[in-house]
Amino acid sequence: MSKARLMQGNEACAEGALAAGVKFYAGYPITPSTEIAEIMAEKLPLIGGTFIQMEDEIGSMAAIIGASLTGAKALTATSGPGFSLKQENLGFAIATEVPCVLVNVQRAGPSTGLPTSPAQADVMQARWGTHGDHPIIALCPSSVQECYELTVKAFNFAEEFRQPVIMLMDEVVGHLREKVVLPESVEIVGRKKPSVSPDEYIPYENNESRIPAMANFGDGYRYHVTGLTHGENGLPTGKPAVAEKYLERLMRKLDPYLDRIQRYEEILLEDAELIVVAYGGPARSALEAVHAARSEGLNVGFFRPITIWPFPQDALERYADRRFLVPEMNSGQLVGEIERVVGRRQVERFNRIDGELITPDQILTRIQEVMIHV
Amino acid sequence: MFSDIAQYFRTEALPHIWCPGCGIGTITAAIVRSIKTLQLDQNKVVIVSGIGCSSRMPGYLDFNTLHTTHGRALAFATGIKASRPELDVFVIMGDGDASAIGGNHFIHAARRNIDLTAIIINNSIYGMTGGQSSPMTPHDKRATTSPYGNLERPFQILEVAKAAGATYGARATAFHNQLLTKLIVNAYNNPGFSVVETISQCPVAYGRRNKFKTPADMLLWQKEHGISAGRKELGAEDFLIGEIFKAEAPEYTQEYAKLRQRLKGE
Repeated sequence: MSKARLMQGNEACAEGALAAGVKFYAGYPITPSTEIAEIMAEKLPLIGGTFIQMEDEIGSMAAIIGASLTGAKALTATSGPGFSLKQENLGFAIATEVPCVLVNVQRAGPSTGLPTSPAQADVMQARWGTHGDHPIIALCPSSVQECYELTVKAFNFAEEFRQPVIMLMDEVVGHLREKVVLPESVEIVGRKKPSVSPDEYIPYENNESRIPAMANFGDGYRYHVTGLTHGENGLPTGKPAVAEKYLERLMRKLDPYLDRIQRYEEILLEDAELIVVAYGGPARSALEAVHAARSEGLNVGFFRPITIWPFPQDALERYADRRFLVPEMNSGQLVGEIERVVGRRQVERFNRIDGELITPDQILTRIQEVMIHV
Repeated sequence: MFSDIAQYFRTEALPHIWCPGCGIGTITAAIVRSIKTLQLDQNKVVIVSGIGCSSRMPGYLDFNTLHTTHGRALAFATGIKASRPELDVFVIMGDGDASAIGGNHFIHAARRNIDLTAIIINNSIYGMTGGQSSPMTPHDKRATTSPYGNLERPFQILEVAKAAGATYGARATAFHNQLLTKLIVNAYNNPGFSVVETISQCPVAYGRRNKFKTPADMLLWQKEHGISAGRKELGAEDFLIGEIFKAEAPEYTQEYAKLRQRLKGE
């Protein structure tokens, strides 16, 4: 039977990771994500897993990559300042295609910022924080239930696609307590193991699925892993043709799977003249404001990207003839993507950067300004 | 000379990138010979490195090999060892890699006494970037970023390791190759964090700026100044070779295994 429980977002994230089969956690204390580390410290040794508190954020990211190479599902969690430090080895995990999940419970920045008021400050850092061209997946929960479900999903995506996945939470959902219903079992996807003998194994094979099979260190498939641009055999290369082939596959590896990766929620869009696009904690305020506006007779709809990266642009583009309002707890980050998809002239912004949650009233007022007063 | 250890090399990855006269090649041979002496299962050996000339070594070796980011090799290795303690994990670092950008990971790996065999190849310089001074460049020596002589004092990395909690520390040189092989074997056999500092020569980026005319001059310098304990009083440029310290302390992964066991009983 499913169990209903009162739970905090960070706790639900940790429970989701355990349900997904996490076996290794390395982390460094930082508010507002620390609860995840604390739960892992308590629970992992009980299930034969390993928790280690590393000397810094950089080392934490390194350690989970090392653990993942031995076959363990691996997790770390942090917030803005730590997310900056994790970028170096996040890039390494992307380049070497090592599955792992990195939770960022966002707080207000820049720098140390407002510890620890909520914000959606790292949307673009999640996309482009580490240097060089690269693919990324970032998921953004709006509820405690979704913290659980998306963490499971994050592990599944990480393992299936050999791809680091970012859980882009915010302090609002991380510290929110509400009811969750934990399912009795969840769908779990493991990484694809080589089906050939060690002699025939090509660790970075450019195969049809675009996702090479991954052997664990220690299982007899000896191969090389390097952050240097490498060929299909894993060895570094300086040859332009080999480099291009590797990067082409890396950059397009998620393309065949976008239908499954790009998740979003659509409410009241059919006749909507104005669509409020919101994500994470503020999406809760936005949805309430949309319903309030409807009760005033305003034709307003709601679009919530759950997958922030890769941004679900095809889904949004279907509404390119409408107007848009994008409330964000930053100075305007995801709005740039929406403008890119539907055009700048149709898009209004609403930004709050004082470390307080955007309220439904504020969004409703903005809806009224846009629809009535203009 | 090479054929006794050829089975441990990825010959398709050769030739290597190291300059003529570099010490890393003979040190690589010593590392591989120590693994051969220990009769370790090639499939269970993991070699991790950071960034720099010496960190290119794992690419040439036929084990589970991981070439990481600058200074982070020990943090990656910690994840590997903590997740799967039955693996034999060797970590190759340069002097800048281990003691500057990787200094924090170094002292904490030592503090945990996690069972890794760390080999620091100390050529006193950042070689790959063309000869900048490192935290282990001797005082007064010249580098591109200390063109008037190094103002700073170098780390004594084994003293750092000992103070931080490592349980084995040894030193050899590229010249003292058989000693080096023996010390790596002993380091591996120590159940804890073990450090082998290996003095090496970089004729291109260090030697030619510091009055060494040929690579052979640098090897002769190693021969002359690397002194076994008790052989004679150390002169200004002399340094001890051999086992420098040994200690006993709980090892991290064993302690974690005990914790799991204890929790099972509760």
